[in-house]
Amino acid sequence: MADEVILLDFWPSPFGMRVRIALTEKGIKYEYREEDLRNKSPTFLQMNPVHKKIPVLIHNDKPICESLIAVQYIDEIWNKKNPLLPSDPYQRSQARFWADYADKKIYDLGRKIWTSKGEEREGAKKEFIEVLKLFEEQLGDKVYFGGDNLGFVDIALVPFSTWFKALEIFGTLNVESECPKIISWANRCVQKESVSKSLPDQNKVFEFIADVKKKSGVE
Amino acid sequence: MTDIKLHGFWYSPVTLRVKWTLKLKGIPYENIEEDRYNKSAQLLQYNPVYKRTPVLVHDGKPLCESMIIVEYIDEIWPQNPLLPTHSYHKALARFWVKYADDTFSAVLSLVSSSNGEEQEKAIEKIWEHLKVVEDQCFGDGKNVFGGDTINIVDIAFGPLITLLLVLEDVLGVKILDDEKFPHLHSWYNNFKDVPVIKENLPDQDKMVAFITVFREKLIASS
Repeated sequence: MADEVILLDFWPSPFGMRVRIALTEKGIKYEYREEDLRNKSPTFLQMNPVHKKIPVLIHNDKPICESLIAVQYIDEIWNKKNPLLPSDPYQRSQARFWADYADKKIYDLGRKIWTSKGEEREGAKKEFIEVLKLFEEQLGDKVYFGGDNLGFVDIALVPFSTWFKALEIFGTLNVESECPKIISWANRCVQKESVSKSLPDQNKVFEFIADVKKKSGVE
Repeated sequence: MTDIKLHGFWYSPVTLRVKWTLKLKGIPYENIEEDRYNKSAQLLQYNPVYKRTPVLVHDGKPLCESMIIVEYIDEIWPQNPLLPTHSYHKALARFWVKYADDTFSAVLSLVSSSNGEEQEKAIEKIWEHLKVVEDQCFGDGKNVFGGDTINIVDIAFGPLITLLLVLEDVLGVKILDDEKFPHLHSWYNNFKDVPVIKENLPDQDKMVAFITVFREKLIASS
C-alpha cells in the first residue's frame, strides 16, 4: 500500500513551513491542504482536537500534531535519506535544545514587535537580537546548523526568515546589520530546493503581517 | 566508569523528572543541590541560556531542559524504556510530554499568584488543561499514560501533580478533584505507590513549608 501523506497547513505559518521543508528534503509526495483558520473544517478539528492548530501531518489517516514532533516523526519513518537529526545522542539532544529554544522565543518576540509599541516593543527588539546572536554563536563557522547539510535546527529556524521584512518595516529592526551571519545562513538555506519550495515570498508574508497588525489595532 | 552529575533543587518538579528517570533505570549519579538564590558558577557555565536547573552532566557534557534530558537518558540507557519504539506512538507520547509542559506553566502561575483573582484565574487554566488530559488520554484503547510500567508521559506529568497536591495544602483549595478528574486521580494514586516513585517523593510537609515561604518571598518582591 502506498503511503498517503497529507499536510493541513496555512501558507504564512512558520510552523507549517518546517513540515513542508522536512517532507521535501525527504522527497515525500504529499497533499497540501490549506486550512481556513477563521472557518475550521470538522475534519481539521477532529485531527487536532486539543490545540485546533496547524500544521497537522496525516500519515495513512494517523494525525501528528506539533511541527517539531512531526519533523522528528518524518525523520524516523523516512530514514533512508537526508537525516535531519544527528545520529549521536548528545548531538541530538543539543539539536532538540536549540529547536526548542527557537520555539520558546522567536514567535512570541516577533509578534510582540509588530503588535506592541514604545518600551514594550523596544524590549522585545532587544531580546530578539540577543536570541539571534545566540543562534549565530551556535552556528559558528558551519554552513548550516546541521553541519554540511540542513538539519533540525535549520528547519526549526529558517521559516522565521520570512518575517525579516516585517521586522524591519514595523519594528525598525534591521537583522542584516545586527546579525549578518543569520542573513547569510538564511540565504544559503534558501538555495536549497526544499527551503525555497516551502517558504512563501517574503513580500506576501509582509502583507499578511501588515494585515494582522492592522487588526490588532496598534499603530 | 561513567560520570553523571545532576544539578537540581530537591523541591523542583522538573528536577524530579530527571531524578525519577535515573532511579528507574538504576543509573548511579552524584546529586548536586543548587541554591536558587546563589547558583553555582558551574551551573551558570553549564546552562548559560536559561541559568536554571536541572542540568545533567554526563562525562563532562552538560544537558539542559528536563524532558530533553529524559529523552537523552532513555536513548543511552535503554533498560526500563520510557519512549515507545513505534514511531507513531513516540509522536503521541511527545505530544503529551509537550502538553505536560504547557500544564506546568499554568501550575507555576498558581505558585506565584498573589491575590484571590489571580489564584482563581490560575486554577481555571489548570482545570482546562487537566480536563483535556482527562478526556483525551484515558478510555478504550488509549494507553497514553503507563499501565503496568512507567513511561515518559508518567514522568512528564507525575511531578506536576505532586506539586499540585502540595499547592492544595498551601492554599487550602481542592484542585485535583476526583469527581472532576476520576481517571487522572486514579492514575496518580497508582503511580505514586510504585516503589521507585514512592521512595523518591519529596516529603509533603517539607514541600508545603518550602512552597509557603517561597510564595511569601515571591509576592513580597513583586
